Amino acid sequence: MIPASFDYIAAKTLDDAISLLSKHKDDAKILAGGHSLLPAMKLRLMQPKVLIDLSRIKDLSYIKEEGGQIRIGAMTTHFEVEISDILRRACPLLPETASHLGDMQVRNKGTIGGSLVHSDPAADWPAAILALDAELVAKSAKGDRVIKASDFFVEMLTTALEPGEVLREIRIPAGKGKVGQAYVKVRHPASGFAVVGVAVNLSIDSGKCQSAGIGITGVSPKAYRAAKVESALKGNALDANTLGAAAAHAADGVDVNSDLYASADYRKQLAAVYTRRALETAASRIK
Amino acid sequence: MAEKTVGKPIKRTEDPRLIQGLAHYVDDIRLPDMLHAAFLRSIHAHARIKKVDVTAALKLPGVVAVYTGKDTQKIGAVPCGAAISDMKVPEHKVLATNKVYFVGHPVAVVVAENKFAARDALDLIDVDYEVLPAVVDEEKAADAKSPVIHEQFGTNIAYKLTAGEGDVDAGMKAADKIIKQKILNKRLAPIAMEPRGVVARYFPGEQELTLWTSTQIPHLCRTSVAVMLGVPENKLRLITPEVGGGFGSKLNVYAEEAILGWAAMQTGHPVKWIEGRRENMQATIHGRGQVGYVEIGCKKDGTMTALRYNVFADMGSYFQLLTPAIPTLTGLMLSGCYKIPAIQMNVTATFTNKMSTDAYRGAGRPEATYVIERAADLVAAELGMDPVEVRRKNFPQPNEFPFKTATGLFYDSGNYQGALDKALKMADYTKLREDQKKARKEGRLVGIGVSTYVEICALGPSSAMPAGGWESATVRVEPTGKVTILTGASPHGQGEETSFAQIAADELGVSVNDVTVIHGDTAIVQYGIGTFGSRGLAVGGVAVYMAIQKLKTKAGKLAAHLLQCEATSFSDGKFCEADGKAKGASVPEPVVPMGQAPAAAALPEPKPGGKTVTIQEVALSAHLAKSLPEDMEPGLSATSFYEPKNFTFPFGTHIAVVEIDRETGEIHFDRYIAVDDCGKQINPMLVHGQVHGGIVQSMGQALYEEVVYDDQGQLITGTLMDYALPKAAMIPHLELDSTETPSPVNPLGAKGVGEAGTIGATPALVSAVVDALSPFGIRHIDMPIKPETVWQIIRKNSAGAA
Repeated sequence: MIPASFDYIAAKTLDDAISLLSKHKDDAKILAGGHSLLPAMKLRLMQPKVLIDLSRIKDLSYIKEEGGQIRIGAMTTHFEVEISDILRRACPLLPETASHLGDMQVRNKGTIGGSLVHSDPAADWPAAILALDAELVAKSAKGDRVIKASDFFVEMLTTALEPGEVLREIRIPAGKGKVGQAYVKVRHPASGFAVVGVAVNLSIDSGKCQSAGIGITGVSPKAYRAAKVESALKGNALDANTLGAAAAHAADGVDVNSDLYASADYRKQLAAVYTRRALETAASRIK
Repeated sequence: MAEKTVGKPIKRTEDPRLIQGLAHYVDDIRLPDMLHAAFLRSIHAHARIKKVDVTAALKLPGVVAVYTGKDTQKIGAVPCGAAISDMKVPEHKVLATNKVYFVGHPVAVVVAENKFAARDALDLIDVDYEVLPAVVDEEKAADAKSPVIHEQFGTNIAYKLTAGEGDVDAGMKAADKIIKQKILNKRLAPIAMEPRGVVARYFPGEQELTLWTSTQIPHLCRTSVAVMLGVPENKLRLITPEVGGGFGSKLNVYAEEAILGWAAMQTGHPVKWIEGRRENMQATIHGRGQVGYVEIGCKKDGTMTALRYNVFADMGSYFQLLTPAIPTLTGLMLSGCYKIPAIQMNVTATFTNKMSTDAYRGAGRPEATYVIERAADLVAAELGMDPVEVRRKNFPQPNEFPFKTATGLFYDSGNYQGALDKALKMADYTKLREDQKKARKEGRLVGIGVSTYVEICALGPSSAMPAGGWESATVRVEPTGKVTILTGASPHGQGEETSFAQIAADELGVSVNDVTVIHGDTAIVQYGIGTFGSRGLAVGGVAVYMAIQKLKTKAGKLAAHLLQCEATSFSDGKFCEADGKAKGASVPEPVVPMGQAPAAAALPEPKPGGKTVTIQEVALSAHLAKSLPEDMEPGLSATSFYEPKNFTFPFGTHIAVVEIDRETGEIHFDRYIAVDDCGKQINPMLVHGQVHGGIVQSMGQALYEEVVYDDQGQLITGTLMDYALPKAAMIPHLELDSTETPSPVNPLGAKGVGEAGTIGATPALVSAVVDALSPFGIRHIDMPIKPETVWQIIRKNSAGAA
């Protein structure tokens, strides 16, 4: 459980980190909490030669409302998200998701940006970020680039970030109308990762579903938006039948994972059941 | 006067240092010029080693030495302490030489100036393997067509054994019903929080080797390693600092312990090795591993007539210290708490390309209890009886003890009805069943599981043990009146520093805080056996008690001399003339108050009758030796080597209530009730702690844990990201109580409780889930019962039932 040797550089500014990254290229990995990276290094599954630590950069950790959006710095810890008053009021899905994530130690050190960029297929954040239709702001030597959440997760452990880019901010659009949100999760009994994790972001207007964001993690090699569930909800009253019928499409059109704990069949069932439960909870919270 | 403490839940004296991080474990040992070792372990389950090239590793800066199997031929084999007639014993060299037999099998060891260089060097060792087909399944391993692991034997069958008494065929013939069931006890990993670790130091001048190792058996380990290394036993000092849990996994002698000692002698430097978690899962022993077929005969009224258990027991590729003995413990306990006239166990023990199995909390007994408890439930299901009634029907009565089983044991004492009744009352069993009926009508899947268990503790009489079943204790009262206990037991979480101090405090009339318990250093403590098999208190604690009696006899004689009387009586820490009273207005204060240095002027003068003298005064007199009775030696110390006359047999009833989520198969606990009877309790808080931990480990086996190797013998559950231990949030509230049936075997009346929870809970949990699914006609499900398994059952059966 000892990693191969590596150099550690604490970047002082984001620009500093970006230039270090362009200097060391593939030899370097960004350290943004390290709760996925360091275990992989200890098992020598990853052997980067250089770690560029973002934790000393002060202006990457914040939660604020600006320009009709909530903006979260990439180095904001899971715990800071969990206890944020702004988020509890304006976007309770994020604190709820954080509360399901890892354990206290992980939440205290791990960061939302680090987790998103790692793109673990069973991580919790991707589901929430997809459900909220968030935007991710990456910075490189060329400047900022805004990536939509639905374009961000490319495949297992791979995102849309280009070489030389660093994720610096997550932007959540403000909810319109009456909003109800929920995150539910089946925890793997060993790892605590999501066997199935479902994030729901609903809004209604005049009793009808105006928008629905359903993000699902753990089920397939990358987190996805359950488009068929969303379309079955939009424009309809959110009664039990509608929610149940919509949730049945939770795993439509995706490759479903199978492992020692849950076969593909069982995962599909869990996805449908927990999507329905997440929808019910979110609908009950609409205000 | 010190308040009596035995029977009271006083706080553990160990805890402040543990909680504050002030305790010292092996990894806290740091010596000047210390080197670090790392092991290269096989990546294959079964392969021939064609070549090991260490050239590149040796060139890495910081690397001091690299040793392979060829270099370590002179180190003796890893010992197996158990013997079964006609068993085949493969020679277990410390490093693989010609073949590797399991993933994790050590092939080479690097010794380097730091642990990083040692680890880096492993990647530079080039091993040329010829991969062979792996033998993974313990049942198929017995097949004549299976590849053979140890070629010299021509078979993978390590031994076959038949045990038990009574005419099983006749019992089956006399039965109205015979029920058969295949039952699995899968492999489990003990996962002590602290993995193994060794530091070795050799002084060539003194020719003295010191080993710090995380073990449950310091003296047995010293003897074994001394033999393996050819070091005189009295030149090997073995120190067991704080041990962060063992659960049986450190009731062993491992290759690494000898290799580290050898490497220290070779390099002339101290050497340290701390096991990583991945190594721990690959190369520290596993527990359980039985594929069993149970057959039980019963009368229409539920009376059991015969039991047969045919079992394939997974040995792994080698024998560790007790590997082949574990299934024999299963055989001993197959009668459970029932009168079964005929019992037979047929073991086929097989070698497989996996890590060795050995003692894991319960060691063979949880398997037995699980088998007989599942069988009792199957009888109930077959006859349509309440499972509680089947148990009652077959219990021996309290007046039938000592009770002889058809497995050859004499249960010391018991009141199985008492524990059952208490648990049923706590659970409000009748109402639970009524509620269950209502729930079923609503389509809910509610299950109630009851297990009544008995287990074998206080291991044990030496006649029944491979290497001595006694335990030792030395008790000293120092000149200042402080009490020192040297115990041969090796507490590693059980809290015996507290419970032994309680025994001494009450017996000697001193405060618990004035008692120190020393253990785990072979240079300080007289030879002892160690802590395992729920023996710490019921054997080691009794040794403490016995030593104190000897000490009190001497102290009494000296007190009589000091008081100038014929004889003395002793209470509350004071001796007085035999017909006098220790309490009263004339009682003098102790001459030497605690915390003050003894001065010559403080010497107690011989006192005329009617006066008293404290144990502290007597101790001081004994050490100053100015006035001793003729023929009395100075000092106040006594040693006992206590040999128990029998095992002890604690018992109890566990009840689990679960509800299953119909849509997902997830299992939710509504309640968990346990009534355990471990005889006299010295410290009920320690008892509760043991029961809590045991039940949690049981939940692990019942619901989560399983060491999985694939068809090639690769370890699939090789990290704690894959191997699911129960976490605090997964555990329901545990409602605990106890009954107290003293053991007649020892003067403390104590039976032991270290493994009870692990033994009693597993069948209750499985039974509850099976009961919840019984409307679908389900009578048995193999562990671990995962939600998917439950969901598949519901899905398959939903159309026609419930």
